[in-house]
Amino acid sequence: MEIFNHNSNFNFLGLRRFSIGLGILLMLGSIGLIIGKGFNYGQDFVGGVAVEVEYQSAIDPADVRSALEKSGLENPLVQAVGGTRDYTIRMQPKDDKNSVALTGDEAAAKVAGDVIAALKVSRPDVIQKSRSFVGPQVGEELRSDGVVAVAFVIIGIMGYLWLRFEWRFAVAALATEIHDVLVTLGIFAITQRDFDLTVLASVLAVVGYSINDKVVVFDRVRELFRASRNATPEEVLNRSINSTLSRTIITSLFTGITMAALFFIGGPVVHGFAITMLIGILVGTLSSIFIASPILLWLGVSKKDLMPRSKEDPELERRP
Amino acid sequence: MSDFPRWKYALVVIVLLLGIVYALPNVFPPQPAVQISGNRGATVDDALKTKVQDILATAKTPASVIDVDTKTSRLLARFATADAQTKASDALRTALGESYTVALNQASTVPAWLQSINAFSMPLGLDLQGGVHFLMEVDQGAVVDAQETRYADDIRALLREKKVSYDAVNRNARGQGVSVVLRTDADRQSAASLIATDYPELTATDGAATGNRFILNAVIKPTKLRELSQSMITQNLTTLRQRVNALGVSEPLIQQQGANQIVVELAGVQDTAEAKKIIGAVATLQYRAGLYTPPQAADAARSGSVPPDAKLYYGRDGRPYLLSKTIIATGDELTSAVSGRDQQNGSPNVSVSLNSSGARKMQDFTNGNVGKPMAVLYITRTTETKMVDGKEVKTPKITEEVINYANISSPFGKQFSTNGLPSDSEASELALLLRGGSLAVPIDIVGESVIGPSLGADNIDKGFKAVMLGLGLVLVAAAIYYKLFGLVADVALFFNLVLLIAVMSMIHVTLTMPGIAGIVLTLGMAIDANVLICERIREELRNGSSPLAAIRTGYDKAWATILDANVTHLLAALGLMTMGSGPIKGFGVTLFIGILTSMFTSVTVTHAITALIHGGRKLKTLSV
Repeated sequence: MEIFNHNSNFNFLGLRRFSIGLGILLMLGSIGLIIGKGFNYGQDFVGGVAVEVEYQSAIDPADVRSALEKSGLENPLVQAVGGTRDYTIRMQPKDDKNSVALTGDEAAAKVAGDVIAALKVSRPDVIQKSRSFVGPQVGEELRSDGVVAVAFVIIGIMGYLWLRFEWRFAVAALATEIHDVLVTLGIFAITQRDFDLTVLASVLAVVGYSINDKVVVFDRVRELFRASRNATPEEVLNRSINSTLSRTIITSLFTGITMAALFFIGGPVVHGFAITMLIGILVGTLSSIFIASPILLWLGVSKKDLMPRSKEDPELERRP
Repeated sequence: MSDFPRWKYALVVIVLLLGIVYALPNVFPPQPAVQISGNRGATVDDALKTKVQDILATAKTPASVIDVDTKTSRLLARFATADAQTKASDALRTALGESYTVALNQASTVPAWLQSINAFSMPLGLDLQGGVHFLMEVDQGAVVDAQETRYADDIRALLREKKVSYDAVNRNARGQGVSVVLRTDADRQSAASLIATDYPELTATDGAATGNRFILNAVIKPTKLRELSQSMITQNLTTLRQRVNALGVSEPLIQQQGANQIVVELAGVQDTAEAKKIIGAVATLQYRAGLYTPPQAADAARSGSVPPDAKLYYGRDGRPYLLSKTIIATGDELTSAVSGRDQQNGSPNVSVSLNSSGARKMQDFTNGNVGKPMAVLYITRTTETKMVDGKEVKTPKITEEVINYANISSPFGKQFSTNGLPSDSEASELALLLRGGSLAVPIDIVGESVIGPSLGADNIDKGFKAVMLGLGLVLVAAAIYYKLFGLVADVALFFNLVLLIAVMSMIHVTLTMPGIAGIVLTLGMAIDANVLICERIREELRNGSSPLAAIRTGYDKAWATILDANVTHLLAALGLMTMGSGPIKGFGVTLFIGILTSMFTSVTVTHAITALIHGGRKLKTLSV
């Protein structure tokens, strides 16, 4: 079975002004959204209060939520803890108008009290089992750790590509990677989905996935440059994209299916992870096809830069 | 067959067999159990087993199996349900009392032959089996407070001793150090040089000078503060480990996170108050004179008749000691305890410094007691909550242990050392205990969470289903799209899952929900290598290669790409692993191992199968 015409020779590079322009536009838009709207950070990062409650008889989570919202407690996160009588309610102190004057533990205690009071209004049979909070200082460190990890990964990958290929490939990969990360984050900013620790992890996984995709195309670019006699760089790049197109899309589909499975039945814990991967796979696939190679062309990649330097070069001897 | 050497077939078969064996333990789910271990002197034997059986029979929660392990002196009672486990542990705790520690546990059901070759199932993370999680942070403010107060005392004593007259020595605002008010500039100079010699960890700078008030500010250097906060963490980690180990919680996780945090995860524990009682225990220590001789102490322990001026205590090894009822100095008078080596004979030792009040008392005592023994008593206070007639009654529980017993070789005061310790590790443990008991440890719980066991079971169920569905969908898709080669890839993908689980089990990776997400992602991405190979083979066939040549060049060419793509991907996984925090780390580790196993299964295993199917046959076409 084949979905793609193996003789396809679509002129992807011909679209480069348009695709690069669109890429830059998306990046700028994402930066704007990230700065303007910001992320809806989860409890991992901003801390917050979690109250565990127990009802005498079953209650629907939607009823719990509406009871809280009626009393002016905004954005409560209501999670069932096994069964229909026990719930965990997560709140940010900022979402309780009565606690804005307080800070730290005191605000947390006030919010927890307000949550119970609000729930008692609609159902008096509720009792508080425990409450907990995550201090804001915790998230501060996590966020800076995350930034360091992303930087470390990008620098490591660039270094590898520089050694194995050439600096132009490293730069093209870096630029595309930044594009992918920013656009994925931009989508998070626009949808205001919870940005928590698992999402941060999946952003890194997106970097890994997307670089994988680019390397496959780059590998073909190198191979075709070395094999070609007098094809122009534009022709070589176009041929590389076309001949890897089937693989690029099939792999994305396969990985996409597994992430969709995770999204639909993996439960709330991995929702953020799966959705980020799905977004990242889409963005990464598109940028592999439309953005990475035009950047290579623009940087002036040529046959002579890719010819092996000497016969002793061990890279030539690569065999499985 | 010429394509694929015989030794590689052997390698594939051996690796796959090992993979199956080491992944196998995960098929056996752990069983709810109650673990009983004896406290000092209480024996765990068949008599206890009978007693436990009786207690459980009365409570109407009989155990399915009760094992007595005499080697570790532990008794393990297994139950069919988590409910029975909870009920049984409550009943046992009340009936057995103080002499035994009763703890909830998850007992392994892995057959003995697997355990004997070190094949164990993956430990489950808190999100999969329920438990409590605490995030603790050293209170930097309290560290600074304690140190600045201490330096104020010390500077006062130093100036008095060196006869430098001063008006006042007071603390400034927190973090601003200590201000010394002197009468002349000359005094200020000499005070500054005294402080610089005795306390190099302080920076002394001249402050305002008006009339006969000359101010000198002494501030603790930031490096010293960092060092202090790290030593707080280390000492807390040690004391926490000791306390939690006594509980018998299966696989407790106690580790440092970042610069000044500690994570404590107790699986299977549901009661945060109970857990906080353990981790929040306060330790102190006391220096006391040792009385009588070791044989006399042993006699007293045996007969129970203790001389009126003494009290009977036990060491960590259970050895009895008779100590004076009078306390010489206490933990809050101890300012530092550092392990090292004796300057004279090079044996491991611990150097201790006391503050001025402790030093004075120590000097008085040691002057008159050279050659006599002195002991350090380590006291842990916890609050125990018991239900009496339906009401919560809180009783303090005090554990006292002799952690050091040595003879006084010469009189000392502020500085002294305990020499002749058997090993460096014992010296550093003693130093840690001394520091642990030296102050009410300024550590706060900045985050806590409880994951109920039902939520854990739910997560396992969802995670398992997600892995199976993801795997199933990819298997079907690959078989449809690449036909025979797709089926071969499917076999490899299945073995990739087996190998991934085997490796994770072998290196004891804790399985968490993010880890399961990592497994699903790995399955999705592992097929990439096969996609690359199949696409290459198709290309080669289109270019007119013979089927066997197409397979050979297809694998050769795809391998170069697979290697580059996977190395870069490994770098990304490495980044995830280095991100300190637990769940993300689990994800990164899974991804990292998954990429490595997938390189083996997707390339070597499929190549072996392909060679086996197509080798030595004359082929016209390939099913790809």
